[in-house]
Amino acid sequence: MKKLGACLVVALAFFLVATALPAQEAVSRSSAWTTSTTPSQGEPRGYVQYTNDCSMCHGEGVGKPGTLALQAKYKGAVPALLDKRTDLTQALIKQYVRNGISIMPIFRKTEISDADLDAIAAYLTRNNKP
Amino acid sequence: MNVPPGVSLDDFAEAIKQFEEAVGKEWVFTSDEDVALYRDAYSPFLGEPDEIVASAAVAPDSVEQVQSIVRIANRYRIPIYPISTGRNLGYGGSAPVLSGSVVLDLKRMNRILEVNERNAYALVEPGVSYFDLYRYIQEKGLKLWLDVPDPGWGSLVGNALDHGAGYTPLPFRDHFESHCGMEVVLANGELLRTGMGAVPKAQTWQQFKYGLGPSVDGIFSQSNFGVVTKMGFWLMPQPEAYRVATVWVPKYNDIIPFVDIMARLMNSGTINCHIWIESPVYNGPPDAAREALLAKPDGGSAEEWDHYAQEKKIQFWGCPFSFYGLSKVIDAQWEHVKEQFSAIPGATFEEGESFRFPLTPEQTERVGERSKLGIPSLGVFSMGARSPVNPTPNNGHLWLASVIPMTGEAVLEAQKVFTKAFREWGVTPSVGLPQSYHWRAFVLLYGFPITNDVETNKKNRATFDRMLRLAADHGWGEYRTHTAFMDTAASAYSFNNHALLRFHETLKDAVDPNGILSAGRYGIWPREMRKAKT
Repeated sequence: MKKLGACLVVALAFFLVATALPAQEAVSRSSAWTTSTTPSQGEPRGYVQYTNDCSMCHGEGVGKPGTLALQAKYKGAVPALLDKRTDLTQALIKQYVRNGISIMPIFRKTEISDADLDAIAAYLTRNNKP
Repeated sequence: MNVPPGVSLDDFAEAIKQFEEAVGKEWVFTSDEDVALYRDAYSPFLGEPDEIVASAAVAPDSVEQVQSIVRIANRYRIPIYPISTGRNLGYGGSAPVLSGSVVLDLKRMNRILEVNERNAYALVEPGVSYFDLYRYIQEKGLKLWLDVPDPGWGSLVGNALDHGAGYTPLPFRDHFESHCGMEVVLANGELLRTGMGAVPKAQTWQQFKYGLGPSVDGIFSQSNFGVVTKMGFWLMPQPEAYRVATVWVPKYNDIIPFVDIMARLMNSGTINCHIWIESPVYNGPPDAAREALLAKPDGGSAEEWDHYAQEKKIQFWGCPFSFYGLSKVIDAQWEHVKEQFSAIPGATFEEGESFRFPLTPEQTERVGERSKLGIPSLGVFSMGARSPVNPTPNNGHLWLASVIPMTGEAVLEAQKVFTKAFREWGVTPSVGLPQSYHWRAFVLLYGFPITNDVETNKKNRATFDRMLRLAADHGWGEYRTHTAFMDTAASAYSFNNHALLRFHETLKDAVDPNGILSAGRYGIWPREMRKAKT
């Protein structure tokens, strides 16, 4: 592996660049404060679970690498925010949650139960066209 | 079904049955599909047969259930491996050290037992994450800060037990240092409380660490002597203000006076923040001239590097210093810091963000470096995830984290030693930069990506292992390491024929004679496995 060292330096540079990026990706229309948001009683279970388990990476605003990654991958062809997508399948969502992808790790059933995952998958596909 | 080493199929089946009776069938995981969820998501053995995997997992909801599990494990000699949230990514995650262990998943034990604003502490179970406690504090409107590591979804207990750290002032950012009191299930199932927790009517468990007699908390960190089921933490009262400002110096050898001044200011309390010495020279975008210098037999002289920096019109070293507290005091601290660093010719000063607290939600949303304000975040994953500057995302990372002296000379020496080794090993040279999370010393960090390519991962593992040994040859031990390298990292601590490790083994044999807890963690193996290894 000839690029080990380069990977280190590049990785650190990525970190610096990434932390410098918020101004570009900041979303002004919402004050969604996902790290502190606890949905109120009566919110749909899928929304509650998505907010608690997913939005700290896939939400909007500063420091959301999941959103940043999907923006980089799809370049706007589909929304970078998972909860704005209309093309996800429930099977695909479950596949990623239970197997991980890239930096996103595996989520165990003690973290996200099967029932909660069903609810998240239903929430993220709620706007899909039949 | 995968079976733990040395355990018969019948015994394992009986133990699983009893685990199910103890915690409920739905919280014992034995199917291949479920057990796979306990893989190390950032395993350096990704896709290889040597990947460490569990045989099963059991997830208790209470201390009593943990005690039952431990007793069952003792009865059938089942190796079990406690995890808190399983998010120690880069250091083994939710996978055991010994393949075939049963993971004791404590994530369901996620109760915030007490948060005391008057005396600024919390008492939590292992499954409580930084996000959980942060949300709790925000919802209650308490004027308390957490110190959070990167990333924030880990366990307060687990992170502290692995000597993890964050970014706000000490003692809070040294998570083991800032703990106060723990509850531990011993390998025989007995329940122990440390410090004042041993006094049944004491109301100071989270206020006075030592209690009376030997302070044993340390033996439950980076070890396998018990299962920690509760832990207290001191929290920082919300400061009035925060300010960050950076000091830059222009030349290669400036790092020597730079660190001297910085260390004096740190040790006298003027500076009390996480330290990361930056270098626009080494952190810049890929550059042929820099790589050519690093490839030279001597790695480039000070004069050559100074010439490089001058040509590029960049500073050589810098460090952002964060200040927390009363704004008038912060102003005075920064003035003093500038005055001190002005002794270095060419030193420049750059003002950064400043805040007064509490922040509005809108202000919080705009904060860039959240962890410096004790706000949990997953932003650090931008480092390896796909992004505009990183089109090929990693599958994880490993960190080499060698403890070196807090002097400029030591930084330059360590950088030269590793850079020279990279050249000799055929690895593209790079330069690690020092950080300081804990008291007094630097940690020199080198990151390794986990890739989809098995051969690349093999070479990275070999390099990582060689770096551990090279560091040890120079007196630099690791402060923490991935489970795959714990034996090697522990072997560096070899004074007097490994007297420290032999003492750990003596303790292990005494408190866990059947060797059921976390076999191999930080190089500590049960007696029978030590015999088998030799």
